[in-house]
Amino acid sequence: MSRGPQRPAGTAPATASDGGAFAGTVGGNRALLIEEPLLFEQGDPARAGVDLPEPEDAAPRLGGIERAGAIGLPGLSEPEVVRHFTRLSQKNYAIDAGLFPLGSCTMKHNPRLNERLARLPGFADLHPLQPLATVQGALALMDALGHWLKVLTGMPVLALPPAAGAHGELCGMMVIRAAHDAAGEDRRRVLVPESAHGTNPATAAACGYAVESIPADGRGRVDVAALKGKLGPDIAAIMITNPNTCGLFETDIIEIARAVHGAGAYFYCDGANFNAIVGRVRPADLGIDVMHFNLHKTFSTPHGGGGPGAGPVALVEALAPFAPVPWIVHGRDGFALRETAEGEAARSIGRLKAFHGQMGMFVRAYAYMLSHGGDGLRQVAEDAVLAANYLLASLEDTLSPAYPGPCMHECLFDDEALRPYDVSTLDFAKALIDEGFHPTTIYFPLVVHGAMLAEPTETEPKAELDRFIAAVRGLKDRLERGGAERLKSAPHYSPRRRLDETRAARAPVLRWSPPRPPEAAE
Amino acid sequence: MRYLPLTGADRKAMLAAIGAASVDDLFADVPEAARLTEPLDLPPHAGEIEVSRALAALAARNVAAGEAASFLGAGAYRHHVPATVDHLIQRGEFLTSYTPYQPEISQGTLQYLFEFQTQVALITGMEIANASLYDGASACAEAALMARRATRRRKVVASGGLHPHWRDTVATLLRYADAELVAAPADPLGGEDLASRIDADTACVIVQNPGVFGHLRDLSALGRACAEKGALLVVCVAEVVSLGLCVPPGAMGADIVVAEGQGLGNGLNFGGPYLGLFATRERFVRQMPGRIAGQTVDADGRRGWVLTLSTREQHIRREKATSNICTNSGLCALAFTIHLALLGEAGFRRLARINHARACELADRLAAIKGVAVLNDAFFNEITVRLPAPAAPVVDRLAEDGVFAGVPAARLFPGEGALADHLILCATELNTADEIERLGTALEGALR
Repeated sequence: MSRGPQRPAGTAPATASDGGAFAGTVGGNRALLIEEPLLFEQGDPARAGVDLPEPEDAAPRLGGIERAGAIGLPGLSEPEVVRHFTRLSQKNYAIDAGLFPLGSCTMKHNPRLNERLARLPGFADLHPLQPLATVQGALALMDALGHWLKVLTGMPVLALPPAAGAHGELCGMMVIRAAHDAAGEDRRRVLVPESAHGTNPATAAACGYAVESIPADGRGRVDVAALKGKLGPDIAAIMITNPNTCGLFETDIIEIARAVHGAGAYFYCDGANFNAIVGRVRPADLGIDVMHFNLHKTFSTPHGGGGPGAGPVALVEALAPFAPVPWIVHGRDGFALRETAEGEAARSIGRLKAFHGQMGMFVRAYAYMLSHGGDGLRQVAEDAVLAANYLLASLEDTLSPAYPGPCMHECLFDDEALRPYDVSTLDFAKALIDEGFHPTTIYFPLVVHGAMLAEPTETEPKAELDRFIAAVRGLKDRLERGGAERLKSAPHYSPRRRLDETRAARAPVLRWSPPRPPEAAE
Repeated sequence: MRYLPLTGADRKAMLAAIGAASVDDLFADVPEAARLTEPLDLPPHAGEIEVSRALAALAARNVAAGEAASFLGAGAYRHHVPATVDHLIQRGEFLTSYTPYQPEISQGTLQYLFEFQTQVALITGMEIANASLYDGASACAEAALMARRATRRRKVVASGGLHPHWRDTVATLLRYADAELVAAPADPLGGEDLASRIDADTACVIVQNPGVFGHLRDLSALGRACAEKGALLVVCVAEVVSLGLCVPPGAMGADIVVAEGQGLGNGLNFGGPYLGLFATRERFVRQMPGRIAGQTVDADGRRGWVLTLSTREQHIRREKATSNICTNSGLCALAFTIHLALLGEAGFRRLARINHARACELADRLAAIKGVAVLNDAFFNEITVRLPAPAAPVVDRLAEDGVFAGVPAARLFPGEGALADHLILCATELNTADEIERLGTALEGALR
């Protein structure tokens, strides 16, 4: 039963308010941008995109719980599926398409070699519970990845299992709590700067800690005096991002580490911004006890529209006994795995997920490291910092920098330069969309009013940076010439205009449901 | 360096624009004691040829499951992934996009997440689903935490048929959540009584179906027992393909369904990245962890999608968030969505029937071996057998002959001596009749 050519609700042709060049195509499409209904609004249950043989009819042995009735999935042929997802893809911005200056997210080029290598059957087609003799190459790769991360941090212990940055934070903070517990220390509070990522306080809370905020000083750094005032026997740890979320290096970090250690607490570093210092600074030399990496930031495993990531954690020696399982151990017959929190791992915090970690991400990150080498990684940090400072210097008269330079790998602006025109950071971001760019991170960090945090990364050609600078200057120029309304109603040219987020949250529609039959509609 | 576009001249021009003499000036905020002056002890950069060679050499030291006759399951399942899936997920617009914070230029990601949520709700028989979590095990732990919050009760009861990795992940996440995990003993026969373990302080009962030993159960009575005592029923599905053939957990009284979605669209990858599915009842929506895509309209009244209900999440709620999760498994969710779109209603059900038929053949072949006992009456595509000898050495020996004979229960339950002779085997559409015969013959030889 085909549903025929009716147009699904909400895909009506563009209306007059759409304005300008795009007003009124007959079907609501715009050349390369084609309206695409949901999977569930197309197809026919009789169609399929696979050819599978009908199995021999034998009596099922399902204990009487065989599914009756239809599931409600649509049926589509392969060409329809390819077309559906190709059309959807064309509604996405991506690093492949242009500069993606999303601060704190390190949207750098994703080398395709890494994709190819992760798909070698010797990695991609390994079952996690194969006999260990058949996976020695995989364990060797994990061990080698760990070695690179140890050299780059100067820290002696690596926990590979965490699946993302926040998972790494959870791992690291649980390790800290386990170490305090083992030492008979009942510490209840964790210090987190105001400028921290939201995951930091959420993680501390998940480990049973109360969170106490530390203010920033006038220079966008942790207020060391305030920090010292809060240190005491009840503080378990401090969680600091360095370089911090204002894009600044914490100049007093060694002094902070000394004070934290003096109070018997551990120093957790959120390594989201490691890209700025890789190969130039080793976190161990700053006094850091625990740091997670985001392999999907610094080491370029693709973000994939929100994952998968990988969040390995580096630890100082004293915390090694508490690392999550599995552990890779060097045995008589090569590599082995300690998969449960027993024996030498009896004090481990335990398991954080099934199996051994994000192997697919490890292969990509390792290929990335080998491609760059020690020299290339150092160049990564230098070019990333250079690019951010170039943006900062080029835009300091156009926008309002939150702090003077130099910055590290990202530069932060507030909305002071926009306020005279009654234009918000959000408006400006949406106008950048019309200019063909993904906006900067906006309204983060929270310590700056109307924050715009721009992280260009090292993989942008100078010409692309210049194009972005010209766009920002052009928009500011438009404001000065009385064009604020154009920004306030932006974006105009994207697949959708500004979306009503309030409505989405007030009456949530979180899945497609079959249309009600006509008689029940009233 | 092929990934770094800046030339020496570019760098010079940029430094001049900044007003810095050298790049070292830009690192002036780094304390002098921490500035690395010597190069680190790492090899220099390398080209595609050299890197490919190095990685291929490592890959060659492994035996891919496809090179063997593989009967490995126990939480990771080898299915055929159509070529279309891998082609589409490698489109740069998907692969190299970010979490859809700017919805106007992320409608592709948001629409497939909405489709993914709908598919997950449909196959689990639940009202709503989120946009994915890391994997099945961590989703299971999030379910326990959610039940703890929603019921304000402390005790979490876990079935002895729950995959030990999932059970251990729950234990880790509950450790500092003022909660108590009551894990039932390993249940190789699938006959445990969980209802009697529910009391007035039980937040939830976690049961895997089919269980780690392969047993498939009607959970309706357990669902009723939970409902009577105010506890939530959390149903775990490690093999998502089973939902094509079995009564969905939602129809058996599940309050939360978590599943490992790897079996659709995603390869084995030595255990990760995988895909956590999370579905529940509409009334728990504000307790649910993770990202959620929701429908809305744009300024022109056209339908579109956004991330929604973010007031549950860490970037808004900080220490009061329902979970600390941020990045999840977006691209794995896309692979799942595409694979299930290709299968459709008819293909998904047929795929499940093929899996079950192969497992029936496997069970019959193994039951014909002297001294081998098949422990399952009701199962999907996975069974447990008791051998007349410890399973691990047998498995290692068969691996040398290119047969991955299954997962020794001892690998998952190392402390349980009584399970040393238990072997967990799985058959999927990729196992041929020849492979099943090869396994049977090899096992007969090894046990002789």
